[in-house]
Amino acid sequence: MELQLVPNSLPYPILSTVTFLPLAGALLLILLEREEWIKAVALTATLLNFFLALPLLFAFDPEVLGFQFVETSSWFPFLKARYALGVDGISMPLVMLTVFLSPLCVLCSWRAIEQRVKEFMFCLLLMETAMVGVFASLDFVLFYIFWEAMLIPMYLLIAVWGGPRKDYASIKFFIYTLVGSVFLLVAIIALYLHNGTFSIPEALFRDYSFGFQYWVFLAFAIAFAIKVPMFPFHTWLPAAHVEAPTAGSVFLASVLLKMGTYGFMRFSLGITPRASIHFAPVMVFLSLVAIIYAGFVCLGQEDMKRLIAYSSVAHMGFVTLGIFSFTLWGFKGALFQMLNHGVTTGALFLMVGIIYERTHSRLIEDNSGLGKVMPLYVAFLGLFCFSSFAFPGTNNFVGELFVLLGAFEMKRTVGLLVVPGAVLAAAYMLRLLKRITWRERGQQRPLRDLCPREVLYLLPLAVAVIWVGLAPKGLTAVMEPTLRALLEALKTHP
Amino acid sequence: MGRLLPELFTFCSFLVYFVLSLRGGRRGWIIPLAQALSFAGMVIAGASVLQEGEFFGGSYRVDLFSQLFKVLLACGLFLVFAMGRRSEEEVHEGYLPEFYMFLTLGTLGLMILVSARDLISVFIALELSSYAVYAVVPLRKRMVGLEAAAKYIFFGAVASGVMLYGMGYLYALTGSTHLGTILEGLRKVMAEPMGVMALVLTLVGFMFKLSLFPFHFWAPDVYEGASHLTTAYIATVPKLGAVALLLRLVHLAPADAQAFLWVLVALSALSMTLGNVVGLVQRDLKRLLAYSGIAHAGYVMLGVVAVKQSGPAPAIFYMAVYLLMNLGLFLVVVILSKEGRNVGVEDLKGLWRRAPLLALTLAVSAFSLAGIPPTGGFMGKLVVFTAAFRAGHLPLVVIATVNTAVSLFYYLNLVRYSYCRDPEARGEVSVTLGERVLCYLLIILILYLGIFPGPTMKIFEVAILGL
Repeated sequence: MELQLVPNSLPYPILSTVTFLPLAGALLLILLEREEWIKAVALTATLLNFFLALPLLFAFDPEVLGFQFVETSSWFPFLKARYALGVDGISMPLVMLTVFLSPLCVLCSWRAIEQRVKEFMFCLLLMETAMVGVFASLDFVLFYIFWEAMLIPMYLLIAVWGGPRKDYASIKFFIYTLVGSVFLLVAIIALYLHNGTFSIPEALFRDYSFGFQYWVFLAFAIAFAIKVPMFPFHTWLPAAHVEAPTAGSVFLASVLLKMGTYGFMRFSLGITPRASIHFAPVMVFLSLVAIIYAGFVCLGQEDMKRLIAYSSVAHMGFVTLGIFSFTLWGFKGALFQMLNHGVTTGALFLMVGIIYERTHSRLIEDNSGLGKVMPLYVAFLGLFCFSSFAFPGTNNFVGELFVLLGAFEMKRTVGLLVVPGAVLAAAYMLRLLKRITWRERGQQRPLRDLCPREVLYLLPLAVAVIWVGLAPKGLTAVMEPTLRALLEALKTHP
Repeated sequence: MGRLLPELFTFCSFLVYFVLSLRGGRRGWIIPLAQALSFAGMVIAGASVLQEGEFFGGSYRVDLFSQLFKVLLACGLFLVFAMGRRSEEEVHEGYLPEFYMFLTLGTLGLMILVSARDLISVFIALELSSYAVYAVVPLRKRMVGLEAAAKYIFFGAVASGVMLYGMGYLYALTGSTHLGTILEGLRKVMAEPMGVMALVLTLVGFMFKLSLFPFHFWAPDVYEGASHLTTAYIATVPKLGAVALLLRLVHLAPADAQAFLWVLVALSALSMTLGNVVGLVQRDLKRLLAYSGIAHAGYVMLGVVAVKQSGPAPAIFYMAVYLLMNLGLFLVVVILSKEGRNVGVEDLKGLWRRAPLLALTLAVSAFSLAGIPPTGGFMGKLVVFTAAFRAGHLPLVVIATVNTAVSLFYYLNLVRYSYCRDPEARGEVSVTLGERVLCYLLIILILYLGIFPGPTMKIFEVAILGL
């Protein structure tokens, strides 16, 4: 399949700007001393980045089969590695998700971070650069640099500003993800020696032998499965989530996990289609295990953050299931779920962060009976919980429905096995919501309801939840041609 | 004579220290003098990078390859001297001129080594650099360096002996001591065990310098026993010279010398595995760096075994980065050390609060040693891995990748101690302006090589081995 590479025609190099503006902001922070200024600069940088990224959404041409807004220039001639950025229907929404969440992450850390604000914001902005870079890179070396570079600020976010077991959680996170990605590097070098270039578009949809695909797929799959994380590689996730500061959790859940599924979609399907089909039963099985197992684990959680972390494992199970169903519904559902999970779970982590700032506890027990004291908080929580178990009218409903359709289209048994998982989600989320809202509250000190700043960063998420839930068509239109072409290429390839 | 300017200048600075060592009196001012001289040496080496020529009947050759290494050697020497504000705390003040004299002499030996194209001149240059360093090791205050010095000399002497033995074979097989003629002669015998053995034994001297398994035994003790600056020097500068010669000699070997390459591949794999696994349990920072150095000797061998297919550029790039990131860690050791005592991993606790810039230098260097982007260490690994993969050493690349993951644990541990632990009773660390500048310089260079490797690599690429 011939991929088009449409150069960027906007007046400014949009992808470079969106990728490196946060980095520039971070460097500017070094010069500043006063905390208010630091916060203001961080917020401005992320907000400005969001607005500068909007043309990606509006000027995007869904009919282009290949990459748009492409920028290339020479970078490392010795390895024929180029500086190349570009997006298609898969990566553009993910870039938008990242730039959308970044200002919210800055806002939610306004009060929560008291120490070392400068360094914290520095890490946040660095993260944004790395995350956008991962989705926008069209060169493997560049991709790998962003992919790995993100580990350092994320590690520091957990290790420095994390909870009591931050040491354990951060090192586990780092080692797990790094071990996964070292084999990715070998696979990338193998591809380079095969193709003579590190270019990603040139590596997609080529006739690699099955033996080659087999090994490359395995090397890719370990890296991506750890990042997603798929069962049984998921144990780093709850630890990291529980200890990370709120903004770290949001980035982790909303964007980092997507990098794994993005990798599956972009690289595993595009580069190793035959091996992907060969391994699909395993992947589907692991996804099902993740959905059901994580669902049961969620039922037993007493810690809100832990519960949401495990629910992420289940949700990401839906995504990998959709990807390896090899149906258009499945693909669409997977991409939808990636975005929805980013919005909803990010929002839920923000909710936990808000209550934690007030009660200094994440246990459901300590935070029960908030319905009377914090009505606004509970209203938002209710919306996001409903969204999380895919209540009709919310964003997750659309995604889960698509994945279910894909699963049924692939194999009826698989579809039937997913249903209990969806029911479990309702069970654990409603259990959480019930206990937080309705229990009797003892003689504890009074709690303040949401302040305007908190409403400010929850509102966009709430709007996104309902908007995507009621009118998914805009998003579908953006992603469908790319996904259809991907499926087409998979089907036509031997 | 202009073509020998870097060597001549180094020799002159050696003479300056020599004269100074004959006089008594206060010696504190010799430190800035050494810094200035080594800086000038670096500039001169950089200015004469494009020189070319042959001397002494072809046994000494000045070409881009050798000149690049001379620049790196001069840079290494300058950086080591620049770290040395506190060398008084470690070395008796009376011995300071000798200290600088021997390190300069050692560098002179290495400069000659990278240009040498004759077995005799190779041997003489190598011994010149070795003996100079043997003499520096025991100069540390409190004489803790004595055991280290003895070990270093004994191991070094044995390695030299073995190397001479191998050179004898080379001469016997080919009837010449000139590397170019040996190359011709070796073609015929490389399939035989004798040829392989001759070449491998000749390499032993350089493997010793590089602390490659199984010639690494000296490294942990010498690192621990020698003063910090000496260790920083031993850990970086002689290794540059060793890699230069390894590149030359492996390039010499005929293309079909599979058995010979297999020996190097095996040594590389063993070296990195041993270094990393033993590195996991080290508590003394310098011992840890010794094992890290053993592991990195293994990594750089990936570039060495692929020199025929990809040229020397990957290995040179790797060594350039190695120089910087290693010195980054040593700089932290030097500054943290109190009265010249060794620094343990425990002493890093809470470094982030005590000296943020040092903690950052430590983090960047450690992540670079572990090969995490966007540091130069990653780019170095990428180029040598790619080179080795292209040369068909896939198993070695896989072993190296697994090793990268293993090594992460102890490098990350350093960062973890400095960022996640409480300082407890450890006080603030004072960092002078000069040291600050050096910290920033190393951080920026390490990141520069990681993010914009193109220009540097372009320079190294031109350095095709002229043989």
